[in-house]
Amino acid sequence: MASETFDLIVIGGGPGGYVAAIRASQLGLKTAVVEREHLGGICLNWGCIPTKALLRTSDIYHLFQRAEEFGLKADNVRFDIEAIVKRSRKVAGRLSGGVGHLLKKNKVTVIEGEAKLEKGSKAPKVVVKGKDGKNATYEAKHVILATGARARTIPAAGLQPDGKTIWTYKEAMVPDALPASILVIGSGAIGMEFASFYSTLGSKVTVVEMVDRILPAEDEEISQFAKKAFEKQGLKILTKAQVEKLETGKSGAKATIKVDGKSETVEVEKVILAIGITGNVENLGLEALGVKIERGHVVTDGYGATGVSGLYAIGDVTGAPWLAHKASHEGVICVEKIAGKDVHPMDKSNIPGCTYCHPQIASVGLTEAKAKEAGHEVRVGRFPFVGNGKAIALGEDQGLIKTVFDKKTGELLGAHMIGAEVTELIQGYVVARQLETTEAELMHTVFAHPTLSEMMHESVLDAYGRALHY
Amino acid sequence: MAIEVLMPALSPTMEEGTLSRWLVKEGDEVKSGDVIAEIETDKATMEVEAVDEGRVGKILVEGGTEGVKVNAVIAVLLEEGEDESAVKDVQSSASQKPAPKDEGKGKESKSSETPVERSESRGREQDNNEVPDRAKSASGSSSQKGEGSRLKASPLAKRMAEQEGLDLASLEGSGPNGRIVKRDIEAALKDGAPKAAKADSAPETKAAPAKTEPGKISVASLNLEEGTYEIVPLDGMRKTIARRMTASFRDVPHFPLSIDLELDALLKLRSELNAKAPEGVKVSVNDMLIRACALALTSVPESNASYTDEGLVMHKHADVAVAVAIDGGLITPVIKKAETKGLAKISEEMKDLAARARERKLKPEEFQGGTFSISNLGMMGIKSFASIINEPQGMILSVGAGEKRAVVKNDALAIATVMTITLTCDHRVVDGATGAKFLEALKPLVEDPVTMLL
Ligand SMILES: Cc1cc2nc3c(=O)[nH]c(=O)nc-3n(C[C@H](O)[C@H](O)[C@H](O)COP(=O)(O)OP(=O)(O)OC[C@H]3O[C@@H](n4cnc5c(N)ncnc54)[C@H](O)[C@@H]3O)c2cc1C
Repeated sequence: MASETFDLIVIGGGPGGYVAAIRASQLGLKTAVVEREHLGGICLNWGCIPTKALLRTSDIYHLFQRAEEFGLKADNVRFDIEAIVKRSRKVAGRLSGGVGHLLKKNKVTVIEGEAKLEKGSKAPKVVVKGKDGKNATYEAKHVILATGARARTIPAAGLQPDGKTIWTYKEAMVPDALPASILVIGSGAIGMEFASFYSTLGSKVTVVEMVDRILPAEDEEISQFAKKAFEKQGLKILTKAQVEKLETGKSGAKATIKVDGKSETVEVEKVILAIGITGNVENLGLEALGVKIERGHVVTDGYGATGVSGLYAIGDVTGAPWLAHKASHEGVICVEKIAGKDVHPMDKSNIPGCTYCHPQIASVGLTEAKAKEAGHEVRVGRFPFVGNGKAIALGEDQGLIKTVFDKKTGELLGAHMIGAEVTELIQGYVVARQLETTEAELMHTVFAHPTLSEMMHESVLDAYGRALHY
Repeated sequence: MAIEVLMPALSPTMEEGTLSRWLVKEGDEVKSGDVIAEIETDKATMEVEAVDEGRVGKILVEGGTEGVKVNAVIAVLLEEGEDESAVKDVQSSASQKPAPKDEGKGKESKSSETPVERSESRGREQDNNEVPDRAKSASGSSSQKGEGSRLKASPLAKRMAEQEGLDLASLEGSGPNGRIVKRDIEAALKDGAPKAAKADSAPETKAAPAKTEPGKISVASLNLEEGTYEIVPLDGMRKTIARRMTASFRDVPHFPLSIDLELDALLKLRSELNAKAPEGVKVSVNDMLIRACALALTSVPESNASYTDEGLVMHKHADVAVAVAIDGGLITPVIKKAETKGLAKISEEMKDLAARARERKLKPEEFQGGTFSISNLGMMGIKSFASIINEPQGMILSVGAGEKRAVVKNDALAIATVMTITLTCDHRVVDGATGAKFLEALKPLVEDPVTMLL
């Protein structure tokens, strides 16, 4: 069939793939992206962006309910779930369209259809099954796999979506009515964001987590702080708990949950599965090419190379952390390496992680426990939101900024935050870490007053016993 | 107040040197301009002159000490009427003030900080950026070196290096623009990188080998039988050769271009010239090649260039460096603006430079710089060879022996004196065609040498 040759073909138009393609084009490579569904991938269509749109609604709703505290009168505040979803979809659609324009502007060819790989000479050949069902073969010097990931399921335990009662993030993002009760299985970022959204709007939400704390990737103190904050909002949180059985009936689901050795049953209207992510590695012809796959993800080196000549992989399909900015940055590194630039593998400890529930959570680097595990002697600084003028003025006096330093070198090993707007604050520490500042430069940095960011300063000062306002 | 005598910088890039010997002893009276000591760097030996009048109160660094940091206090002169106690003042102030800037003079001798000036082994980009700074530090009286102000390193890397006693200047930075970052320190610690000169023991310290030096190669790794070898310590020149040649051969994409030149006309012209030359002037084949190369460089200006990441540096003059073999190594004195100099002048300068090179008495500015190099092994019977680029120059010409060879002339065999020359080019700045153009310009100048007299 028709055959066109490129320098680079990227399979998948998510934040990993489309960013890699733009960078490649900037570097003068003739580039194409193959996408089977929508440009922007999960992130723009079913992930980061539409969830943030939903959470914006629940944040505003939450503030409406606190109107009097701010001297406002707002009676009879109601919501229209259909309109909420519509706005979220509109936001997603707008951005997805934006990606199309960006690719066009950068002269990246977009090929619609589902891609598969076949053995080639220098790099695998890309066979694309178009919307019309016909196959077209494309050749390129380099092929980047950026096919992303999807929700993990465990059919044996009934942890499998049915689209009606048992949801994954996709269904949870487009409800047609507000469920009275929801069971969220898994307390990672995705689980907690949905828990927060639905709970704020009024659903009765139960969160089940297998390990001993929610948001298990975060610093323990932050997990504890979050748990208290959520429980205060009315969420029910079960830790060290495992769903043993999940049965669906006419009016909802019945879950048998083992908590601390005892079984409990919970009846809910809907269940949201948020028990992890697994890479889209199937039906791509990877086995025949000899691509190494471990636990559902493609194994790569620090530059995305798979070991198969001319084939690279980036983003969610290569494993944790499953984050859009990680996918994009991996794409840039991979392409720059292909183009012969002097690049270094990404330092994964420098990828910030943000959760946009209420309160927000953000972190970078090592948790206190991980730092100690790695053999560091640490100095820890903390600063609570109650000590910050701006936080009090905002009516957001609940939160904490924690910093972990290496006692010997003064390296900022990690920063962990919970509270209003921390997802915007974290970047200050990420830059600091990237530039390898020590506590000394952070202490000498001037922070604007009054801002929430002043707490970042205070937390550093506190690590060295010099906090000024607490 | 007693006067401190500081270790001078013989060149803008000098970080440390060997105080070879003292020509005065404690108690001697010296006048300004008296030669009081000799200092050896990687390239040259230089005399240190007293800049003040006084009596040598105390010699703080013994003759024969290696690795003396620039601006370290090496001796104290007493002014009239001062006695030994003044020496103590200087000494204690020298060791006590760890402050940077103006007070830092004394620090150098005791400092555990790392020298921050970078040698040529670092990226070219740095070199360019740092030139003004270096010059400043060499001429300025205050030493800011310990501050690490010109060293591109992250704060964390600096602190780790300090704590681990690592010599930052010996590391290659892998961060943006050669910035030294944590991973470089970690890598250095892992493969046992050189320690920085520690306080007090500074002069003793084995000079920290740069990454590109063969410093990592241990004698043990050669697996030799005990007693079957001897070890000659690396002197400054050997270290410089090792470092610069390794870096050049590794980092510069080089390629050779060879052609044959017929020399009979040139040899004839040379004997005619020498026959008529005034007493003492004797032009060599090499002198004539220097002039010919200078003219060829001028007529093909794109070949007279150096590569930097910021752009190609196009030189306006042909400063021709000539490799001179000397005891223990080689050095490349430079005939500056050779295109403006006649054969007699070139010959005279070359003779003087070569003689002083052999005594290691060249001044730094006499062997630094240069936009092009010539290396001639013809007199040693070498037929042809390809030299290693002398960074940052774009080309180096290797000259083989002139010998009688059978050549074809007008479709008949003939005998001619022929010499093979090989031009090694830095492909980043001199492409094949550019190198060929240079040789094309050079050939008629050599084969029809009257043209070079114009
Ligand atoms: C509910 C939710 C919320 C999230 N929130 C955040 C957040 O706030 N912040 C954050 O950083 N991350 C978030 N994520 C994660 C983020 O969406 C992913 O990390 C990111 O999308 C990964 O990008 P990617 O390019 O690797 O893959 P994807 O975005 O999954 O893109 C892969 C693309 O490849 C296409 N594709 C797959 N196979 C083929 C094929 N054979 N042929 C052609 N095309 C193919 C798919 O259609 C898809 O468009 C969230 C995820 C979810 C589910």
